[in-house]
Amino acid sequence: MRNPQLNQHGELQHLLTLDGLPRDILTAILDTAAPFTEVAEREVKKLPLLRGKSVFNLFFENSTRTRTTFEIAAKRLSADVVNLNINTSSAAKGESLLDTVDNLCAMQADMFVVRHAASGAPMLIAQHLQNTGRDHIHVVNAGDGRHAHPTQGLLDMYTIRHFKQDFTNLTVAIVGDVLHSRVARSQIAALTTLGVPEVRVIGPKTLLPTEVEKLGVRVFHDMHEGLKGVDVVMMLRLQNERMNGALLPTPQEYYKIWGLTAEKLALAKPDAIVMHPGPMNRGVEIDSAVADGAQAVILPQVTFGIAVRMAVMSMLGSH
Amino acid sequence: MKELDAEALCRQLAELIRPHVTPTTALVGIYTGGLWLAERLHAELGIAQPLGAIDVSFYRDDYGSKGLHARPQKTDIPFNVDGAHVILVDDVLYTGRTTRAALNELFDFGRPAAVELAVLVDRGSRELPIAARYCAHPLPQPLPREQNLELQRDDDGHFTLKLTQAKPATR
Amino acid sequence: MNILISNGRVVDPANRSDAVQNVYVSGGKIVALGAAPEGFIAERTLDASGLVVAPGFIDLAARLREPGFEYRATLESEMEAAMAGGVTSLAIPPDTDPALDEPGLVEMLTYRAKKLNRAHIYPVGALTIGLKGERLSEMAELVEAGCVAFSQANVPIVDNGVLMRALQYAATFDFRVWLQPIAPFLARGGNAHDGEVATRMGLAGIPVAAETVALYTYLELAKITGARLHITRLSSAAGLALIEQARAEGMDVTCDVSINHVHLCDMDIGYFNPNCHLIPPLRSQRDREALCKGLAEGRINALCSDHTPVDDDGKQAPFSESEPGATGLELLLPLTLKWADRAGLSLMDGLARITSDAAKIVGITKAGHLSVGARADICVFDPNAHVAITRDSLKSQGKNTPFLGMELPGKVRYTLVEGQVMYEGR
Repeated sequence: MRNPQLNQHGELQHLLTLDGLPRDILTAILDTAAPFTEVAEREVKKLPLLRGKSVFNLFFENSTRTRTTFEIAAKRLSADVVNLNINTSSAAKGESLLDTVDNLCAMQADMFVVRHAASGAPMLIAQHLQNTGRDHIHVVNAGDGRHAHPTQGLLDMYTIRHFKQDFTNLTVAIVGDVLHSRVARSQIAALTTLGVPEVRVIGPKTLLPTEVEKLGVRVFHDMHEGLKGVDVVMMLRLQNERMNGALLPTPQEYYKIWGLTAEKLALAKPDAIVMHPGPMNRGVEIDSAVADGAQAVILPQVTFGIAVRMAVMSMLGSH
Repeated sequence: MKELDAEALCRQLAELIRPHVTPTTALVGIYTGGLWLAERLHAELGIAQPLGAIDVSFYRDDYGSKGLHARPQKTDIPFNVDGAHVILVDDVLYTGRTTRAALNELFDFGRPAAVELAVLVDRGSRELPIAARYCAHPLPQPLPREQNLELQRDDDGHFTLKLTQAKPATR
Repeated sequence: MNILISNGRVVDPANRSDAVQNVYVSGGKIVALGAAPEGFIAERTLDASGLVVAPGFIDLAARLREPGFEYRATLESEMEAAMAGGVTSLAIPPDTDPALDEPGLVEMLTYRAKKLNRAHIYPVGALTIGLKGERLSEMAELVEAGCVAFSQANVPIVDNGVLMRALQYAATFDFRVWLQPIAPFLARGGNAHDGEVATRMGLAGIPVAAETVALYTYLELAKITGARLHITRLSSAAGLALIEQARAEGMDVTCDVSINHVHLCDMDIGYFNPNCHLIPPLRSQRDREALCKGLAEGRINALCSDHTPVDDDGKQAPFSESEPGATGLELLLPLTLKWADRAGLSLMDGLARITSDAAKIVGITKAGHLSVGARADICVFDPNAHVAITRDSLKSQGKNTPFLGMELPGKVRYTLVEGQVMYEGR
C-alpha cells in the first residue's frame, strides 16, 4: 500500500510521520526551512505563499503551545487560521472524527493541522480525504497519541544540523519516557534516516517500549554510561501521570537517576548540545542550571520550529 | 543566433549604470544569475552600500500551480530599504514576473525612494508592464518560448550566456 | 424432498473418505452414498461435477448480534451470510445484550433461529450473570434450554476465586467451559501485540504474558476442579506450548484458533487498518507460523471464523478507538482452503478442522460428517473458483474484514441444511 503521505508522483501530500519518509524529502524540508528563519527578522514578517488559503487547527488534545506555533507559522504565510479545540468527550458523545472533518471541508478548508490523542488519527483523516476525492486538502500531524510528532522531529533535526552540521559522525542520546513519547519516535526515525551512526535511548525499563532496539537504537538504563561521549542530549518531558500507572515511584527518584544535571552532562562531549521539546519540568528531568546553561539550545528550537512549520506548510500548500 | 559575449555585455552594463551611481545607490541581485552579475557590478562600480541578495521563491505568482521551486536561498538585505535608491539586477529580462516578485519582496522590507532594473539581456515577450532602465543588449527578435537563456559562471568566475531548449512542462 | 447430489468429490474427514460418488438425501437425512437406495426417485438433482461435497461447516464462534446489537447485524442478515458461507452449524458466544445468562433468552434465541430455518445454532451460555464475573449463572437450566457450553466471551473473570468456583460448579455436571485466555490487568489499555510493530506505531501493547498467565491459571484451575476446558482463539506460540505441556501431564484440553490469526500478523496492521483490530491481537510472524503448524498437526483442534460484524461507524475511527472484530462466516471456507494449501495438507485434513474436529468440541454427533443416517447438512463448493471479497459480495451486515478487496479460493455452490437447499451460488 502506498505511503499515505506521498502522492502518486512521490511528492509530499501530507506530513503524517517521519517513519518511512524518504531521506531526500526530509533533507528538502530542512533546506527549505533555512530561508524561512530570516523572515522573522524582517519588518514585515509575512510571505504571500498561503494567501487566501484556510488552515484549520483541529486540536482534539489541548496544547496552547503547539497550536500557537502553527498559528504563527500559518499567519506568516498569510493564511487564514481557524482554531478548533474539540473537547474529546463531546466528540465521543456527538460527531465522529470523520464527520467533523467532512463538515470542515464543506467550509472550504485547505489544510488541517491535527492533534489527537489516538495514534493514527491524522492518517485516518488523510485516507478519508483521498477516498472522497479531496486531494487538494492537506493534513499536517501536530502529534497523534504516542505515534508521531513529525514537525517536532524536523525542528530537532534542523537544530542539530544548525549546531553540528554533519549528521554522519554524531552520537545522540534520547533520555526519558520513550514509551509514551511521540516526539522520541519521530526523533528516532529522523536520526536513523539521516544517517546518525549511534542513537541511544536512556531510561528505566518501565519507560522504554518493547523491542525498541529494533528501531535501530542502543538501549541504556544507566545515564552515566549512556551519556559518555555524546554530541547531542535530547531530554524528554516526564508527565505526572507516570507515577500513577505504577511506572515510576516518585519524581524525586527519577530526577536522581535520570535527571540531567551539570555533573552528568559533563560526561558528554564538552561541546554537546542539550535539547528539550518543552514544556520543561525543572528539577524533574532537567536541572535549572543546565536548562539555562550555555549548552542548552532550547530557545533556538522554538524559533526554528516556526521556520520548519512554515516550510512544511509551504511545501504542502502548493500541489 | 549570434553568440553573445557575456563578459563584454557585463562591462557595457557597468558603463551604462556608472553615470547614475550615488552614495545612496544600493544593488540587489536576484538569485542566481542576477546575484553573480550584481557582485561583479558592485565591485566594478565601487558601490558604497553593501550588496543585497533576493530570492523570489516565496513571492512567485506561479506557486499555486508549480509549488516551491528547488531550494530557496536566504534573502539578505543588509541596508535600510526606507528611502534607498535600489537597482535590482537580473541576468535576463523575460516576462517581467520575476521582477514583479522581487519588487513585492523588496517592499516588505521598507519603502524605497526609487527602484530601477538593470539586466544583461532583454529577450522580449513581456507579460507585465515592466521595463529595464539599464540593459546591455535588447534582442532584436523575441526568443521562442521553448528556449531558455541564462547566465553561467565557471569556476574561474568567467561569465557566459547559455541558450538551451527548455524542458517540456511537467504536469 | 428427495435430492441427489451427483458426481461430486465427496470429502468426509470423519470417515476418512475422499471419492467421487453420489449422495442421496431424503427426509432431511443422508440415506445413501454411491448407489441409489431401493426405489429412490430424485425430485431434484444437484450436479456436483468438478465440485467438492463436504459436510456443512461448523463454526465455533459466530456473533449474530441478537439480542441487543441489531444496529450492527441481525439474525436474518447473518444467517444469510452463514448460508452463503456453507456454515450450517454455529456456536453463538454469550456476549449479546443482555448476555445469554437466562434460560428464557436462550429459548427465545433458539426459537427465532428455528423459525428462520437456516443454520442450526448452538448457544454458549454465560458462565456468570451478565458476564460480570461475580455470580454463577444457572448452568443446569441453561443447558436444558439448549446451551452446549459456558464462556465469558472476551470478558475474563477478574476474581480467580470466582473462576475456580465456576469451573467447579460446571465440573459437577461435566459441562464444557470455553475460556478466552486474557489476564485482565496485563491486557489493560492495550490494543495491539506488544512488540516492534506496536512500538513503532505508538500503539499500547498487549504482551504475550496476558495470554500465557491467564492460560496457566485456567489450566491449573481446570486440573484442580476437573472441569472440561476448551481454550478459545489462541494467539501465541507460547500459549500453544503451555497447552501442550498440560496435555503431556495428562490433561484433556482442547483449543481453537481463528481464521485471521493463521493468516495475519501484527505487520498486517499496515497504516493503522482498523479491520486488523482484533481480540486477541494479531501477534508476531513467529506466533502466526506456530499457530499454522499447530493447526496443521492437529495440536490446535479446530479453526473458526470468530465472526464479529461491526458497523462502519465502529470501524471508521482511529485504531485504538475502533471496535475490535472481523466478519468471518463467508471467509471460513476460503481461508481454510488457503491455510490448508499453504500448510501442505490434504483437502480432507484441512476440512476436518471446520467439520468433524469442530463437531467434537461442540458435542455434535448427527452432523459434521456424511455418514448414512447423518443430518443432511451439506456444502457443495468449487475449490478452484475464486470469490472476490467486496462490500457488495458480502451478505453479512459487517463489511469489516482484513481481507476486503482480496480474491480467495473456494466458492460455495449449494448449501443444504437438513436436506433443504438454503443457498445456491452462481
